[in-house]
Amino acid sequence: MTSSSDPQRLDRADARLRRRYRAERLFQASGVAAIAFAVGTLFLLLGTVVYQGTGAFVESVAVLPVALDAGALDPDGDRSPESLARGNYASPVREALRARFPEASGRREKRALAGLLSVGAEYDLRDFVLAHPEAIGTTVERPLLLSDDADLYVRGDVDVDVDESDRKVSDAQVAWLDALVARGQVERRFNRRLFTSGDSREPELAGLQGAIRGSFLTLLVTLLLSFPIGVAAALYLEEFAPRNRLTDFVEVNINNLAAVPSIVFGLLGLAVLLNFLGLPRSAPLVGGIVLALMTLPTVIIAGRAALSAVPPSIREAALGVGASHVQAVLHHVLPQALPGILTGTIIGMARALGETAPLLMIGMIAFIVDLPTSPTDPATVLPVQIYLWSDAPERAFQARMGAAIIVLLGFLVVMNGAAVALRRRFESRY
Amino acid sequence: MKTKMQTDGLDVFYGEKQALFGVDLQIGANEVTALIGPSGCGKSTYLRCLNRMNDVVPGCRVSGRVTLDGEDVYDPRLDVVKLRARVGMVFQKPNPFPKSIYENVAYGPRIHGITHDRDELDALVRDSLRRAGLLEEVEDRLNEPGTSLSGGQQQRLCIARAIAVSPEVILMDEPCSALDPIATARVEELIDELRAQFTIVIVTHSMQQAARVSQRTAFFHLGRIVEEGETTKIFTNPDQERTQDYITGRFG
Amino acid sequence: MIEALWGLLPLLAGLGFVLGRRRAEQLAAEGDVSLNSLPQHYGQFVLLWAAGPPLALLLLWALSGGTIVEGWAAASLDASGLLGVDQRADHVLSEVRGGLSSLDGAALSEAHAHVERTLDRARQVLGLSVAAGFALLAAGGLSWARSRVTPGLRARNRVESALRAGLFLSSCVAIATTIGIVGSLLFEAIRFFGLVSPAEFFFGTEWSPQTALRADQVGSSGAFGAVPVFAGTLLITGIAMAISIPVGLMAAIQLAFYAGDRARAWVKPLLEVIAGIPTVVWGAFAALVLGPRIRVIGESLGLDVASESALAAGLVMGVMIVPFVSSLSDDALNAVPRSMLEGSLAMGATLSETIRKVMVPAALPGIVGAFLLAVSRAIGETMIVVMAAGQAARLTANPFEAVTTVTVQIMMLLVGDQEFDSAKTLAAFALGLTLFFVTLALNLAALSFVRRFREQYD
Repeated sequence: MTSSSDPQRLDRADARLRRRYRAERLFQASGVAAIAFAVGTLFLLLGTVVYQGTGAFVESVAVLPVALDAGALDPDGDRSPESLARGNYASPVREALRARFPEASGRREKRALAGLLSVGAEYDLRDFVLAHPEAIGTTVERPLLLSDDADLYVRGDVDVDVDESDRKVSDAQVAWLDALVARGQVERRFNRRLFTSGDSREPELAGLQGAIRGSFLTLLVTLLLSFPIGVAAALYLEEFAPRNRLTDFVEVNINNLAAVPSIVFGLLGLAVLLNFLGLPRSAPLVGGIVLALMTLPTVIIAGRAALSAVPPSIREAALGVGASHVQAVLHHVLPQALPGILTGTIIGMARALGETAPLLMIGMIAFIVDLPTSPTDPATVLPVQIYLWSDAPERAFQARMGAAIIVLLGFLVVMNGAAVALRRRFESRY
Repeated sequence: MKTKMQTDGLDVFYGEKQALFGVDLQIGANEVTALIGPSGCGKSTYLRCLNRMNDVVPGCRVSGRVTLDGEDVYDPRLDVVKLRARVGMVFQKPNPFPKSIYENVAYGPRIHGITHDRDELDALVRDSLRRAGLLEEVEDRLNEPGTSLSGGQQQRLCIARAIAVSPEVILMDEPCSALDPIATARVEELIDELRAQFTIVIVTHSMQQAARVSQRTAFFHLGRIVEEGETTKIFTNPDQERTQDYITGRFG
Repeated sequence: MIEALWGLLPLLAGLGFVLGRRRAEQLAAEGDVSLNSLPQHYGQFVLLWAAGPPLALLLLWALSGGTIVEGWAAASLDASGLLGVDQRADHVLSEVRGGLSSLDGAALSEAHAHVERTLDRARQVLGLSVAAGFALLAAGGLSWARSRVTPGLRARNRVESALRAGLFLSSCVAIATTIGIVGSLLFEAIRFFGLVSPAEFFFGTEWSPQTALRADQVGSSGAFGAVPVFAGTLLITGIAMAISIPVGLMAAIQLAFYAGDRARAWVKPLLEVIAGIPTVVWGAFAALVLGPRIRVIGESLGLDVASESALAAGLVMGVMIVPFVSSLSDDALNAVPRSMLEGSLAMGATLSETIRKVMVPAALPGIVGAFLLAVSRAIGETMIVVMAAGQAARLTANPFEAVTTVTVQIMMLLVGDQEFDSAKTLAAFALGLTLFFVTLALNLAALSFVRRFREQYD
């Protein structure tokens, strides 16, 4: 029976063994390649986002002397805020630029010159004058916000070798901008507007405040609904439910809901919440309800896992000193399970924060400039803002989109980090 | 006695913890060597050093010398795949693969390329099953899953699977601990029959089993060999008091 | 007015609690009988009766108040005779709701004004009756419950029963959600199939819903054949699976059998990050980075690639699903007893032989379950395809062309659309119903695979 004495056979076995080891190496290499591919794509995505998005955190301004003419800025002449608010701020801004480049002549050239600045320059000037009415009548150096195209040129994102008709910045504008830069009259500074203003048609004025508020209000509604209902359902199923077909049915339902495509929840929101119950469109209230229904299975499943991880001895000890079943659960089991439930809830919330499709279905896609203040105001949310900006034709919106993605991912990192920290802190208790 | 395998000064560490301390033991060819001792004494660890199954345990470190026919088993040039084809193993709990009875036995010959055609493989599978005393019971259901057999049959299937690659040594790690007495008797008989062709090392908890099936016995305690020798001598007239105590059931 | 009632609820609850507890304490102080429960339980008992029924009333109003008010207005409008021949009450209502002011003709504005008047009146009348009901329920509940507070009342048991009932109702929200989904999808889909025959929808090969602007044109145009939409979904899902199944499975194998603890500690969280990145971000990546790049590469190879190609969407979706496949496969592989691994290694099999011939076959039901769940996830994925795949329904197997999917069409048909009875919007619900049942079937199949697998080794 022993065959190792047969030399020919031994040779064959060696050749075979070499083949087998080659297969082994190949197999392992393909495993490494698989992971490298997935992780590589992730880094490509993150790299692209950071590369595209960081630009939007900086804005460009031209610092020019602006003559604050009392006649234009204060029509009533009483320096009252009402009068100042009605002032004409476009002309001082325009004049400041013309004073710097007096050579610009003719309607077209003048318009091109004015095109260097954003309308935001006027708003900023108005804010300044309202805060400093005493400056009227003097000439002050003010930062004037550049338009999105001028900003792109200043940061070097415009290829001047392209034919003039194929780019947004004309040769004359290039010359003016170069002159401003050469004299140190262009400043780059942190773009606070990105975090303080709402959406806008002008990329350089568009901000995330509206979307962040919308996301916050939506998640607030989601949390207020899904956490109590989820915890209650988890408590019932884990602690009180009798083993019967109704309970089984509830469990099957929860597991299936966890895997229903999110867009279907959007259809539910549209058909039931908007059309049947007549709740307001585009409102965080409706978005929050839809996301709560979507998040509920996550909270329930996490809650049950946390509850079942509480050792039965704790429950038995409570029952042993005469507590009722309800008291044992509420006083002893639930507090023990709470960190686990919270972890699951935070993870569910993080997922809800990134959700887009169902919110588009209930109309949270509208272009909304006003900042929402209550859950029934029309609003949009961060991921929808990303979607909207990704679709915008102006190139500068792509950088805004990148910045929005960075902000969204930042929130997600914070939330998931909190969940991980919570889990670490409490997991080694038993 | 012709020595088949031998260990000299074998130390084994699991991370910081030392499991075996300088174990010297000779395993005679075509004999059954029984390793006995209380739980955690290192007998299973020792067994797993003989075909380097400890390699797959993370943090396990082996020093000392293990030889098979005078060849160092832990020589880096030695191929562990080849070694395991020569030193087969049967585990505590029957672990048939989730495949048919036939495929379970054919698995080893297939991966090692022992047979050349289907007829040869069929013959080898049937022969292995016959030698494991299982053929009659499963002849007409070779394509049923191995897991459909009873526990004792599963363990004999695992023995058939091991002998199908014609190993020289078979290591058995408490092969009967999961079986009922009748199945145990059947496997013990089988071990006795297999001794003619294979060298067998068996770890067992049962003193009676060691006495019944083995020719030599080594008594392990706290990672050391307390005593080893002819089974009859160990069980009737041990040199060491500890061996005496263990065999008579005073501890362990 | 109703909002103020919501504000009253906590006060009412507090009042009930205090009154109930004080009554119980009085009873305990007066007689020498001992209370059945602690005073606070009596407080809770009264609280539930004082605040519970009014809360139920308010919830009922919140859910159905709008419908009732509008129904009233519609009925009144129908009866008023102010409607023109081609006018419908619900249209006028939705115009009023939308705040439309561009009205021409006296009859029109008459109708609208009537609706606005009736709406106001209905709100007033109904709001008043709700307030009255609220007061009645609150006072009645409070006094009744307070009168029931006697030493013999098993207040704790009552409160606990109520609590259990509340917990039970919470767990029923899941059922209600499912019923809501199935109900609304079925209801709208049935209306759709009244306009377009199911045979045409499921087997027709022409899809151009945008041309069918009015319901009465649909039957003749034959534009609701969903086969190209299904085919596009299949194509993109196929591409995604061609990426995610091998990559996910190999990654799981690598993590389960080859990687050291250090590597695992790094790679696993990174894979989780992939799963945690919102799909809209993946979609932006596919549409703005990968799509154009694939097009450039394809053109340099002489291929005709659409910038919104099935390939870009499928590829990115595939990567997104990798962690899903890998973690489920990892679970399945780890559930196979280690004795299998050792048994095979002890036979002299190499690790890869052991994995391919023993471990993967042993874990196969679990792995197949993972694949099915991944398919279900890919079919239901929306944002990546909305942003990176096309909108034109095309019957093609060419991954370089733009195709459309079920989810994209649902989105396109419904987003921004206010009208709710054209075949165009209803078609979205028919697609949604199909999507729901396909993913449901896949999930149930996956679950049964996984369950069978678990039973094998438990």
